[in-house]
Amino acid sequence: MNLLQLSWKNILHKPTSTLLSLVLFALGVGLVSLLMLVNRQLEDKFEKNLAGIDMVIGAKGSPLQLILSSMYHIDAPTGNVAIADVKAFLNPKHPVIGKAVPLSLGDNYRSYRIVGTTFDFFDLYKAELAQGRRWEAVFEVVIGAAVADALDLKTGDTFHSSHGFVVDENLEHTDASAFKVVGVLQPTGAVVDQLILTSPQSIWGVHEHGDHEHEHEAYDLSKPLTDYEGESITSVLVQFKARNAATLNMPRGINENTNMQAATPAWEINRLYAILGDSALALQVLALIIIAVSGLSVFLSLYASLRDRRYELALMRVMGASRGKLFALILLEGLLLAAVGCVIGLALSHTGMGVFARALESSYRYSFTGALFLKEEIWLVLAALGVGLLAAFIPAVQARNTDISQTLAEG
Amino acid sequence: MLQTKELTYSYDGKNVLIFPDIDCGKGEHWLLLGQSGSGKTTLLHLLGGLLSPATGSIIVAGDNIATKRAAALDRFRGRHIGIIFQKSHFVRALTLEENLVLAQQLAGAPIDRGRVEELLGHLNLGHKLREKPDNLSMGEQQRAAIARALLNRPDVILADEPTSALDDINCQEVIDLLEREATATGATLLVVTHDGRLKARFPRQVLLTHYQPSL
Repeated sequence: MNLLQLSWKNILHKPTSTLLSLVLFALGVGLVSLLMLVNRQLEDKFEKNLAGIDMVIGAKGSPLQLILSSMYHIDAPTGNVAIADVKAFLNPKHPVIGKAVPLSLGDNYRSYRIVGTTFDFFDLYKAELAQGRRWEAVFEVVIGAAVADALDLKTGDTFHSSHGFVVDENLEHTDASAFKVVGVLQPTGAVVDQLILTSPQSIWGVHEHGDHEHEHEAYDLSKPLTDYEGESITSVLVQFKARNAATLNMPRGINENTNMQAATPAWEINRLYAILGDSALALQVLALIIIAVSGLSVFLSLYASLRDRRYELALMRVMGASRGKLFALILLEGLLLAAVGCVIGLALSHTGMGVFARALESSYRYSFTGALFLKEEIWLVLAALGVGLLAAFIPAVQARNTDISQTLAEG
Repeated sequence: MLQTKELTYSYDGKNVLIFPDIDCGKGEHWLLLGQSGSGKTTLLHLLGGLLSPATGSIIVAGDNIATKRAAALDRFRGRHIGIIFQKSHFVRALTLEENLVLAQQLAGAPIDRGRVEELLGHLNLGHKLREKPDNLSMGEQQRAAIARALLNRPDVILADEPTSALDDINCQEVIDLLEREATATGATLLVVTHDGRLKARFPRQVLLTHYQPSL
């Protein structure tokens, strides 16, 4: 029986106060670690999906909403813009624009968004085909890896899309042609994993049925989009050839002189961080308070137990234990409580992250994982152990200073 | 084996307790008698190294424990002195067996579970090995405390009022055991008591008269 086993048995001997300390420690550590995990993965997601995009052009409205809907696919689009209006930006010979990727949003299949775009979209996210090919005709789609996985789709499968972004059978485009999967992408870790990609013409085709009988024969994928001046798209993702004074002023020019808006992803994401930062900070402070309270609980429980245990501590001295041994014993008990609480907390946060990954995935379009361990978590563990040691310090000093003769004479 | 010379103790530096010299030979059984407040427990704690004397020497197994330093004294006590208290205490989180193993370990003696089982069997506690101390009766607890005091085959066994909380039958049983086991290990036994029931059993006695405060 070494000191560690003895302190472990002592802890188990008072299950109620031990449970309280463990629950508090686990709660505090778990919350901090969960915040770290979510924070890191969200930041990661925002970074990854920036994809070198310098500007997004879309309908007037909230610039943040435009960025979120067009780049992260987590909010509703601000509206549509006419091809005629964005024609200039889509011109491949534009002097400052290196790449302009049109997006046509508005439909989903079982909550996975369908994006009408061009092959440039693949390059933005460095998406490679895992199987099949890119679309060659209207109503052919290429799906992201997570979509293929979740919906068990493969090349050759067909499906009907639904209008909007929520799953609603009444909104299914059952009278339109079905989409056909012709390709599946390799996982990229970016938002493209969660998307169903097709040509803008396919989106138009779904929505224009009934108006005219000729349907998608009217759309020819070999013709440039700019030929369809009467149609509209949702937004254009723009990469500049180089950043200079002209590109810096371009968003303002668009916002002031057209009925469209241009948003700069870096600015909007920074604004978003600033908004989220405050609430994350509040949660972090709350978690730290919980850890402090768990330290207090360890302190109180050890302190109270010393009263009950002063005889057995004196007795251990009689049996040959030195003062230092009693000090170490109590210190170990505090340390053990903190360590076990830490392990439970980390286990909770990581399995919790794993369990909620699904739910977060559908609302944030990003695969979260619980199987990620951060460097910062080592600091969290060390801090929690420090709290445990600190909480046990005064009781340990008291145990060390037990007056054996007086204690035993009392009875 | 157990010897004191000119032993005094002061708890506040002014009032001084003066104790008679004691000289208990190896294997002898002694009774230390005295009324409440005569300093019996103080003397026992001095002999056990739980208190430090103001002056004088305490020789246990050839070593003067009055001059030993803290940690060395703790170790020495664990190895050479077995103490039995009026009310027995145990580490409550541990079973009886674990308590005894802990006693071996804290004394720095090798762990010998065979010895633990043999001793507890001897004291009729073999079936209580895996019980927590709180689940033992008073008599059983006192027997277990004796087992613990004897465990490391100490040279000296000090017993502080080991029978005062027990009825006549248990008193008889416990003192029988104490004498028998002390004899078996060849230990010197000193029983401190005001329990009149024990007087007839111990021919060797020290009487502690009321202490004299120095002037």
